[in-house]
Amino acid sequence: MLGRIGQAFKGAMLLDFVGAFGLGMKYMIAPKKTVQFPHERGPQSPRFRGEHALRRYPNGEERCIACKLCEAICPAQAITIEAEPRADGSRRTTRYDIDMVKCIYCGLCQEACPVDAIVEGPNTEFSVETREELYYDKARLLDNGDRWEREIAKNMELDAPYR
Amino acid sequence: MEFFNTPVGWTIWTVSHILLITVVLLLTIAFVIYGDRKIFAGVQARKGPNVVGPFGLLQSFADLGKFLIKELVIPAGADKPVFLLAPLISVTLALGGWAVMPVAPGWSVSNINVGVLYLFAVSSLGVYGIIMGGWASNSKYPFLGALRSAAQMVSYEVSIGFVIITVILLSGSLNLNQITQAQAGWFWNWNMFGGGWKNLPLILIMFPMGVIFFISGLAETNRPPFDLPEAESELVAGYAVEYGSTPYMLFYLAETSNIVLMSGLMAVLFLGGWNAPWPTPYLDHVPFAWIASLHGLVIFAIKTFFVFFMNAMVRSIVPRYRYDQLMRLGWKVFLPTSLVAVAVVAGWRVYTGFGA
Repeated sequence: MLGRIGQAFKGAMLLDFVGAFGLGMKYMIAPKKTVQFPHERGPQSPRFRGEHALRRYPNGEERCIACKLCEAICPAQAITIEAEPRADGSRRTTRYDIDMVKCIYCGLCQEACPVDAIVEGPNTEFSVETREELYYDKARLLDNGDRWEREIAKNMELDAPYR
Repeated sequence: MEFFNTPVGWTIWTVSHILLITVVLLLTIAFVIYGDRKIFAGVQARKGPNVVGPFGLLQSFADLGKFLIKELVIPAGADKPVFLLAPLISVTLALGGWAVMPVAPGWSVSNINVGVLYLFAVSSLGVYGIIMGGWASNSKYPFLGALRSAAQMVSYEVSIGFVIITVILLSGSLNLNQITQAQAGWFWNWNMFGGGWKNLPLILIMFPMGVIFFISGLAETNRPPFDLPEAESELVAGYAVEYGSTPYMLFYLAETSNIVLMSGLMAVLFLGGWNAPWPTPYLDHVPFAWIASLHGLVIFAIKTFFVFFMNAMVRSIVPRYRYDQLMRLGWKVFLPTSLVAVAVVAGWRVYTGFGA
């Protein structure tokens, strides 16, 4: 009974409203949390899994040795690899396709890779206008690797102590 | 000056007066919407619109342009004439209410003796726009939203009516200009504080009446926490579901205009309208009459924006009421309270001999 009277009194005096008003004003003068995206960006972990890239060794030789572990582990079966021995006798891919529409960005391919050839870089901005443009081939992936090598190498270095 | 007393001159004078008020009002509404969004964002520790123009000040005009160039879609099952008429009725009535609003000494378009009744009638008619919109959409959720809106506005009009009666009893007039003039002098002459020293005990009645008027005004204009007609979590957008493009904009223009109208009415009825919180004998000696009018206009605008600021804060911090809670508040709390208040204020006026 007393509780209900107290509640009615509290409601009639608008005490909750007064408290909420004070809280609202406190937040209004507090620094804003907004991140103005195209101009500012939130922090990104070195383990971030974004757009794929095929990396090269510093001498320009591609890392991938066509072991097909990534193709085998890919849960979405997004990776297609065909391989043949090259003229110098080394085992290389002739085809390395990733269907970015199927890909679920789980990162298992980069975990499986014994030579750190296929990696997921920090890039998230690769939206395109047609589905066909998302069927990445080997040239596109190697190109990504060249473009993002600096960031990828730095992220791998930062993450190395935890591996 | 003779010219303005002839029928033609009077028409020209009145039409230009109406145009001036409407244009200024629409500009004000544009910035009021911007301010509303900024306040809403501020409470949520966001920045709000800040891209279009300096500090995002032109955001409302960008929105206007977007609404105007969008395609007008009329559902196949809709009642086309009514569907298009509904937003027009809403916006016409919402702007029409400003005809009697005393924005500054002698600046109301029409200084009629039943200004309060006129305002009350116009704001009651506003529900027709919403009901017609909901009905003509020929769709479930708009219809539910319209029904809710009708019930809600009718319920809260009753308590608003009684609250206004207490003000009328204190001021002894239905004319908004005279109600304002009755509150001249120091701020304790405002109706919110009982209307003068001799009525000081009435502050216990009139202050809660002011609060009830404010809250009922929220419900009357379908403003959160009473925005059940357009409760987006249950009715999508209520009566406005099938609307897009310009008609939709007109609905929301009407809603914002009503909110500003309610804020202005609160300022006039309870906060002294264009009277400064202090006596203004210095205005008797200004060289031009328009300086005094401008002074009054600024005071009125400040009061209106203060009420609107409270309105926006309530929208930001109070969660939406459930429908039965809304009805309980209207019928079981506000109605008896304001009824008792009418009796007490009337008794006080008789007891003090209508003391002048």
